[in-house]
Amino acid sequence: MDFALTDEQRMLEETLTRLVSDQVSPEQRRAMLNAPSATASPLWHTFAELGLLHMPFSEQVGGLGGDGTDLMIIMQALGRGLVPEAYLAGLVLPGQLLALTADDKQQSRWLTPLLEGEHQLALAWQELDARYDAYEVSTQATQRDGQWQLNGRKDVVLNLEASAAALVTAQFDNGKLGLFIVPAGTQGAATHLYRTMDDQSAGDLTLDNVTLPLENCLSEDVSDALAEVLALGRAALCAQAIGAMEEACDQTLAYLKERKQFGMPLATFQALQHRMVDMHLHLEQSRSMAILAATSLELPASERDYKIAAAKAYCGESARYIAEQAIQLHGGMGMTEECYVAHYAKHLVMFDHYLGDSDYHMETVSDLLNVA
Amino acid sequence: MNLTFSPEEQAFREEVRSFLAEALPNDISERVRLGRHLRADDYLRWQNTLSEKGWLAANWPKEFGGPGWGPVQRHIFDEECAAAHAPTVVPFGVNMVAPVIMKFGSDEQKEYYLPRILRNEDWWCQGYSEPGAGSDLAGLNTRAVRDGDHYIVNGQKAWTTLGQHANMLFCLVRTDPEAKKQAGISFLLIDMQSPGVSVRPIITLDGAHEVNEVFLDNVRVPIANRVGEEGQGWTCAKFLLTHERTGIAGLGHAKQALRHLKSLASRTQHRGKPLLELPSFRQRVVKAELELMALEVTNLRVIAAARDGGAPGAESSLLKVRGSELRQELSELTRRALGPAALPFFPDFLHGDANLDDTYAQSAAASAQYLNRRKLSIYGGANEIQKSIVAKTILGM
Repeated sequence: MDFALTDEQRMLEETLTRLVSDQVSPEQRRAMLNAPSATASPLWHTFAELGLLHMPFSEQVGGLGGDGTDLMIIMQALGRGLVPEAYLAGLVLPGQLLALTADDKQQSRWLTPLLEGEHQLALAWQELDARYDAYEVSTQATQRDGQWQLNGRKDVVLNLEASAAALVTAQFDNGKLGLFIVPAGTQGAATHLYRTMDDQSAGDLTLDNVTLPLENCLSEDVSDALAEVLALGRAALCAQAIGAMEEACDQTLAYLKERKQFGMPLATFQALQHRMVDMHLHLEQSRSMAILAATSLELPASERDYKIAAAKAYCGESARYIAEQAIQLHGGMGMTEECYVAHYAKHLVMFDHYLGDSDYHMETVSDLLNVA
Repeated sequence: MNLTFSPEEQAFREEVRSFLAEALPNDISERVRLGRHLRADDYLRWQNTLSEKGWLAANWPKEFGGPGWGPVQRHIFDEECAAAHAPTVVPFGVNMVAPVIMKFGSDEQKEYYLPRILRNEDWWCQGYSEPGAGSDLAGLNTRAVRDGDHYIVNGQKAWTTLGQHANMLFCLVRTDPEAKKQAGISFLLIDMQSPGVSVRPIITLDGAHEVNEVFLDNVRVPIANRVGEEGQGWTCAKFLLTHERTGIAGLGHAKQALRHLKSLASRTQHRGKPLLELPSFRQRVVKAELELMALEVTNLRVIAAARDGGAPGAESSLLKVRGSELRQELSELTRRALGPAALPFFPDFLHGDANLDDTYAQSAAASAQYLNRRKLSIYGGANEIQKSIVAKTILGM
């Protein structure tokens, strides 16, 4: 049992904290959000120089072999700064799925440049009609004339605009779930781009008789690999939310100490003190759950999924609580676009909608509940 | 980071488990399991067994006769004891007054009292709260006035747990009414057999006689029975409160309660199906399960920090607040799971030695325990006090 970081991990944490505080101020963040997203940002190049793009991948595929704790450190720092880079959606999730499924040829075409920062990818797993279920897929894949043909629609695909290709899940006639790589601009693949409520770049991908060579099918049964990658994504999201919760708590506490009403700082009112403490209780309990998730990645699948579902359900509820309290304790200011904490609040609320919300994951915990 | 126990720690868990299986008398564990009150003799039999094994003073360093366990071992020990339905060791001697004597006591006090605590020769109780001093403990009014080699003590203490069995009382008294309220307090050890000490039961809403009032009427206490300097009592009291109190979250008890609840709710039928399949009920059980998971990791974080030499701070308050809330919720769910069987009240069985047929014996304690568990968020610094402590000391508000 050990919660301490190694020397390398502490250095990673310090480096990232400095990077985020130097390069992602509210103004810088706004500029990054307004920049065209088709080209990689200067910050992404810095990530590449620091080895962050290699960090979460195994040495077999040319990565640095970072573990769940390393990923937690990175995601937490990104969450603290509300960093608008698609580190998880554009790198980690599609990259890990490639690492688990693709052959050498496809890896050298798509994974190697991903790790070098030469392009980004997207993971198109979600369909609105299936809500959060990654396996109820209505997109179809059929083989015709020695080629694959895809038909269907993938919704709210993060980082779609900036991706050189999307990894797309589709159902075969045999009922199994397949994985395909669909390069950007493929004929029949149309995108509808937008931003999410918390400023992430996203879009829908419509596949209308999209024709792909056989080699673009990366897996004819991707279910287990997808479950592994989604579990990793959920653990990473929890860590990111911890960073954002920390910052929301810090900003709210600073505001309570500075803002005066009735001639006294708000921080002297006991009703508000206890509310602030409740925010911290939620934060610390969620941090424990995020640690549980980060250290469960190597467990057998059912145990891993149970613990990570528990963590995501728990953090989802806490994130919403902290978001609502942060707005409430900032009063009218908390309602404004100008107030930075409002952006954290938005992210913390929307966090619950990524990769399954509290209800979805609570059901998983309920299904797997040990009643012995 | 990793959350797994080392092979040595797992071996220790096995050692504790097999000791409990062998040494814990069945009649005692059965009383604990059924939530019946324990007689003084039940406590003593079990504590003597622990004493012989050298495991009574789990928190003590080796030099005073403790087993020299670290925080991880103590945690494992607590968890296994709760799982085996072992009685909780009466904490007032071994876990409360003893650390104060070790830290602030004279050599004579250490040599006299500590071995007696180890051998269960004294039963200690706590004289802190008063009718007018609850959360505002420093507002206490019990007076001690010097008379030669003695203090003459007058006052009234409240909520003295198991004081009806005790022969020794550690007590906060006001020795200097002129000084600032914390500065005028001293820490005295009082022999309960002294003339002028009387104990009156307080019956709690679950019908139990667990707490008492202690009246001190011109009680003569030798000055040699003061721990630390005159006026240093508040320092001793604070040390006791901040002294590492393993198991403040009651995690072992919460785990046991959740296991029991799940088993109960899957055996209980509701419209032809287990109660645990009723969505509204299952949802609350799942939420309790999540809270327990979070609490368990938080507890391990605190234990690991203590093991690595860190001082417990806000986390103890966090554990106290969330741990008590969880245990209360579990007691609520257990009571609800019983349905109408939660209604009958059998005080002679719960608090006495009367027999009860098995239909009700298994469930008799649930409602009483639900009521009894209300104390968890009140004692040891009410949860609102804990929040104010965090606001002040951690958040700087």
